[in-house]
Amino acid sequence: MAGGLANKASTDKVLMKGNEAIAEAAIRGGCRFFFGYPITPQNEIPEYMSRRLPEVGGVYLQAESEVAAINMVYGAAAAGARVMTSSSSPGISLKQEGLSYIAACELPCVVVNMMRGGPGLGGIQPSQSDYFQATKGGGHGDYHLIVFGPASVQEAADITCEAFSIADYYRNPVMILGDGALGQMMEPVEFRPVEEPELPPKTWATTGARGRRPNIITSLELEPALLEELNRRLAAKYEKIKRELVRFDTYKLEDAHWAIVAYGMMARVARAAVDKARARGIRAGLFRPISLFPFPYDSLARVAEQVRAFLTVEMSMGQMVEDVKLAVLGKRPVHFYGRTGGVVPTAQEILQALERIIQNEAPQNANGAWQKEGDAGAEGFWATGGFN
Amino acid sequence: MLEEVIIAGFGGQGVMVMGYLLAYAAMREGKNVSWIPSYGPEMRGGTANCSVVISRDSEVASPIVSEPTTLIAMNRPSLDKFERMLVPGGLLVVNASLVDREPERRDIDILKVPANDIANELGNMRVANMVVLGAFVARRGCVEPASVIGSLEKVLPPHHHDLIPLNEEAFARGAGLASLRPSMQP
Amino acid sequence: MQKVFGRPEALTEAPTHYCPGCTHGIVHRILAEVIDELGVRERTVGVVPVGCAVFAYYYFNCDMIEASHGRAPAVATGVKRVLPGNVVFSYQGDGDLASIGTAEIVHAAARGENITVIFINNAIYGMTGGQMAPTTLPGQKTTTSPSGRDTARAGYPIRVCEMLSTLDGASYIARVSCTSPANVARAKRAVKRAFEVQLSGSGFSLVEFLSSCPTNWGMTPIDALRWIDEKMSAYYPLGEYKVPEGARQGA
Repeated sequence: MAGGLANKASTDKVLMKGNEAIAEAAIRGGCRFFFGYPITPQNEIPEYMSRRLPEVGGVYLQAESEVAAINMVYGAAAAGARVMTSSSSPGISLKQEGLSYIAACELPCVVVNMMRGGPGLGGIQPSQSDYFQATKGGGHGDYHLIVFGPASVQEAADITCEAFSIADYYRNPVMILGDGALGQMMEPVEFRPVEEPELPPKTWATTGARGRRPNIITSLELEPALLEELNRRLAAKYEKIKRELVRFDTYKLEDAHWAIVAYGMMARVARAAVDKARARGIRAGLFRPISLFPFPYDSLARVAEQVRAFLTVEMSMGQMVEDVKLAVLGKRPVHFYGRTGGVVPTAQEILQALERIIQNEAPQNANGAWQKEGDAGAEGFWATGGFN
Repeated sequence: MLEEVIIAGFGGQGVMVMGYLLAYAAMREGKNVSWIPSYGPEMRGGTANCSVVISRDSEVASPIVSEPTTLIAMNRPSLDKFERMLVPGGLLVVNASLVDREPERRDIDILKVPANDIANELGNMRVANMVVLGAFVARRGCVEPASVIGSLEKVLPPHHHDLIPLNEEAFARGAGLASLRPSMQP
Repeated sequence: MQKVFGRPEALTEAPTHYCPGCTHGIVHRILAEVIDELGVRERTVGVVPVGCAVFAYYYFNCDMIEASHGRAPAVATGVKRVLPGNVVFSYQGDGDLASIGTAEIVHAAARGENITVIFINNAIYGMTGGQMAPTTLPGQKTTTSPSGRDTARAGYPIRVCEMLSTLDGASYIARVSCTSPANVARAKRAVKRAFEVQLSGSGFSLVEFLSSCPTNWGMTPIDALRWIDEKMSAYYPLGEYKVPEGARQGA
């Protein structure tokens, strides 16, 4: 389990934007190839890479489109390189086909999505509305990315650095799922020495069939039985990932009666809401998934044994809340509060949502239905959850 | 101690670097800090703002400031846009050289700094931002003046390091305009 | 006894799935012979398209990657940037290269990406069953232009060699066919020159093959080759469109 949110600063730290810290961390994690296409709010990543990669003998290339960029990633990963691309929501949509191929061919790479408000062209302010796309596959076919949702510049840097060895180890694309605010904000960050795990050589890479049989990288399989075999192999890998890669963090959850569940930037605000609630004598706590695929279902299920209800808070109309409900399996009510389009819920709004739950938490509400309540004072989308 | 500052003005007034300096100074002091700019098309429109959150005791929650404890308004549009967002008892620092109206709020601490006039006296209009920063830091005490001065060489690009003495002087002139009156906020 | 004809080392022993009379097989052989003659098989990486050549990775005896539809130049770019000392080629049809992958081919050429592209232009979508291609000739009947391509509604064919030749990044561009032994010999010289251009680091090279599709054209193989000579070559003239300074002329 990773540590807490932003760490105490000291003079050996540097003040960096999240986007820049991710780029620097990628280079420290061994990334030497970057293919991208400009889109706000992640442009600092390609800009930083274009400056820094040549200094370390790497290659930065601005592709003609996000579609081309992800396919360049596919080629570079096939050739055995540590490679990354980054984009923001609409651009990530364009990369989905390529990601499906990369996942099917079991090629390692790292993809950063600094989410902005959607759907469509949407806006450029922070959002978390690509959770479904990121964690449930995104493109066509039965596949998963490994997805992490860092909540601070430090955590974004740490996870990005590690992401390359995780991708290599599992031969799977890894997505860093941030948002516009995480990318744009500056916080103190410290680049820690990288510990590389023992990794098998990439004997599968298409580097030229020198003294060996040719390697073929393809996801085409017209024989149903063989294609099913691929899917079974992938599924087995995802099960292994679920056993080995779950990460989460908690805050004041030990004695909590009310659990707030939030990830990324939203979790920082939720943490402040926990403090506000505690100041009013409400025993609130925070559960913060760090790995979004694999999602910490089991750990959250254990929290259900202890708390009276859950409040999931997101910068979306309610996406991760579905995984929270899957984890809780009807044992406790799961409520939701969200803002969208680039609006970030404040700690005060979260506190109000929590107080309303506490007031209303009565058996007659537990009818399994979701209701939208147009309650004055709450601008966000508000839903009470029953025991479904 | 929790200081949530919005710094706003025209592009070119140095509002981003004010925030950057403040954040850097806070980091040097081991405080929790975040800085975030407004980004996107509004950057091209000639106005700019950034938010800085400094917290001594706890980690920074959201870097996005919706209820600032301090507003630094370098021009009139910034005052118009952000004044109502200030928390009661918060601090408003206005660049009195450019802002041609009185603040409407009566429940806040107001510090009027003729920043451009002082910068003119110093011979370089571009240090108006440092005059204002000096006044703000002297008023709130959220970071030590020495931390800000010590951050100049980290924050300013090397080809501007010859201007560090002038920046220090501007900062001191601003600081001389304000006495310490820490937040009225709990 | 002297062996005068054999399978190139750069081809596997797998039987191809191409239709009788299709010229893909000839193009494969030309490519394989060039790879052998240049001695680069063990450092060659090929990228194949979505289209009739989708299984070409079974036929070439070198490292191969299957790309998504139209993206082979981008995939080849990724490989080449990682392995600049390797020989990287893409093998693409007209739908793949001139329709869905237009952006990728234009920008790979514009960047002067040091790869070689083998472009099979048979004026039709073969694998999907004979639909209209971006290179389908005006008036040509396909399953989606049953009365013949009407340029008023469906626009005009794209002349890829002419278009790419305008780009400074393109180093070697040629159009060839396999309709006669002489044309096959010329085609092989063009492919070899394209690979040599890549080996010398001179930038982007592309060889377009006017290729036959007897099945979807509804012709005998012989008639199909005649149609290339009479109809296709009239719209798409053969020849070298761009040759780097100092390279030999006369394919």
